[in-house]
Amino acid sequence: MSSVLYDAPGPRARRRNVLYTVVFLALLVLLGWWALGVLSDKGQLAWVKWSPFFTEAQAWTTYLLPGLANTLKAAALAVVIALPLGAVFGVARLSDHAWVRVPAGVVVEFFRAIPVLLLMVFANQLYSESTSVSTDSRPLYAVVTGLVLYNASVLAEVVRAGILALPRGQTEAAQAIGLRKGQTMASILLPQAVTIMLPALISQLVVIVKDTALGGAMLNFTDLLDARKTLAANYANVIPSFVIVAVVFIVLNLLLTTLASRLERRLRRSKRGTGAVLGAQAVGELNAGGEAPDTMMVPQIRVPGQGTAGKTP
Amino acid sequence: MFDFLEGYDVLGAFWTTVQLTFFAAIGSLIWGTILAGMRVSPVPLMRAFGTVYVNVFRNIPLTVIIVFTSLGLADVFGITLGVPDDFDALGFRLAVLGLILYTSTFVCESLRAGINTVPVGQAEAARALGLGFTQVLRLIVLPQAFRSVIGPLANVLIALTKNTTVAAAIGVGEAALLMKEMIENEAQLLLISLVFALGFVVLTLPTGLILGWLGKRLAVKR
Repeated sequence: MSSVLYDAPGPRARRRNVLYTVVFLALLVLLGWWALGVLSDKGQLAWVKWSPFFTEAQAWTTYLLPGLANTLKAAALAVVIALPLGAVFGVARLSDHAWVRVPAGVVVEFFRAIPVLLLMVFANQLYSESTSVSTDSRPLYAVVTGLVLYNASVLAEVVRAGILALPRGQTEAAQAIGLRKGQTMASILLPQAVTIMLPALISQLVVIVKDTALGGAMLNFTDLLDARKTLAANYANVIPSFVIVAVVFIVLNLLLTTLASRLERRLRRSKRGTGAVLGAQAVGELNAGGEAPDTMMVPQIRVPGQGTAGKTP
Repeated sequence: MFDFLEGYDVLGAFWTTVQLTFFAAIGSLIWGTILAGMRVSPVPLMRAFGTVYVNVFRNIPLTVIIVFTSLGLADVFGITLGVPDDFDALGFRLAVLGLILYTSTFVCESLRAGINTVPVGQAEAARALGLGFTQVLRLIVLPQAFRSVIGPLANVLIALTKNTTVAAAIGVGEAALLMKEMIENEAQLLLISLVFALGFVVLTLPTGLILGWLGKRLAVKR
C-alpha cells in the first residue's frame, strides 16, 4: 500500500502508523462510549424504542413508508416538471437572439441564487392567498413549486452544458445536410444532450430528495422528516427514529449516486454516441448560484481512439 | 411603498445570515481540510473514517442534520455549547455546528479533487528530498491544491450561504424565518419576497464573482 504522497512504510513508519491507528481508535471508542453512556442514561437504547422498526410493521406502514412515499412523490413531480422547463430555458440561453438569451439568463441566474426554502415559503403563501388549493395539499404544491423553480434553473444549466459538450461536428453535419437552427437543436443536439446529461440529472435527484426535507421542517409537508416527528411522538424514541430516517436517506441517495456513476462510466465506454458525458460531479458546481467558473463548464470529452483524454482542467 | 419594512429588523436578520455563513465557513474549512488529510493519509483507519464520514453526512439532508442538533444533541445529549440558558445563542451555535458537519464534506471533496490536480512529480520530488507525509501535504501539495480549488470552494461557500436558511427550522432568527413571519403578517407577498430574494442575490453574486476572479489569478499556471 502506497500512494504518491507517501512511500511504502518502512519499520519506523509502520510503528508510527500503528500508533496513530491506536490513538485514533481510542478517540473513536471514547466518543462512542460517551454517546452510548448518555443514550442508555436517557433510555434511548432500550429495546422498546428500537423494536418498532424491526418487529412491528406498523412503524413502517403507518409512518415511515407514507413519509418516504411523499418525499419521493415530491421529488419525482419536481423533476418531471422541471426537466422540460429547464430544457426550454437551457436552449433559450443558447439562442442567437439577445432578446431571448438575456432574459432567460437573468431568470436562470436569479432562481439559482435564491435559497430553495425562500421559494417554498413564497409559493406556500401564494397558494394560500390567491388560489383555492386545499390546505391539505398546499404543502405538496408549495414544496414542488419551490423545487421546480430552483431545479429548473439548475437543469437549464445542465442542459446548456450538455449541448455545449457535443462535438462541433454534430452541428456542422446538421448544417451540411441543410437543417435549420431549430431543426438542428430539436432533432440532433437535444436528443443527444439528454443522454449526455443523464448522470448529472440523476445526481441532481439527490439534491432534490434532500431538499424535500425542508418542506417537512418548515411547511408541515408530511415527508420522511415529518413522519419521524409523529413516529417519535408515539414511541418516544428520538434518537432511534433519527438514526432510521438518516439511514433511509443515506441508502436512497447512495443508490442514486451509484446509479449515476455507473451510467457515466457506461456512457464514456459506449461505442455508440459521441463519447461526451456530463459527469455527475458537474452538478455540485451548478448548484451554487451566480456565475459558474468556466473551468467547470468544460465537460470531459473522450476523443475516440485516444482513451479518456481531456481531464477537466 | 416600503413602509411594510417598518417594525421588522430585516438588516438584523441578514446580519444573522452573514454570521452563520462566516462561522460555518471557517469551521467547515478547518474540519474539511482535516477530513481531506485523513482521506489521503497512510493510516487505513483514518482513511476509512474519512470515507464513511463524507458519504454519511453528504447524503443526509441538511434539514435532518440541523433538526437533529436541536432535538438530539441539545435535548438528549445535553450539548449546550457553553450557553445552557440562552435559547437564541444555543440555536445559533447548534445551527453553525450542523452547517459545519454538512458543509465540511463538500470542502473535503473539493480539496481532494484539488490534490489530484497537483502533478505527481511534485510529490515525488518532495519525497525524494526525504519529506514525510505530513510535510509533503503541508508544504508542497496542499498550498497548490488550495490555489486550484478556490473556484469550487467559492461554490461551496455560495451553497453554504443559501443553506443557512435551513437554520430557520430550529428557530434561528435569520432571513428565511423573518420572511416567513413577514409574509404571514403583511399583505405584501411579492414585495417582501423580492426584498429577501434580492438580499440573497446581493450576498451570493459578489462572492462568486470576486472568488472566481481570485481563483483564476491565483491558480498555479501549468
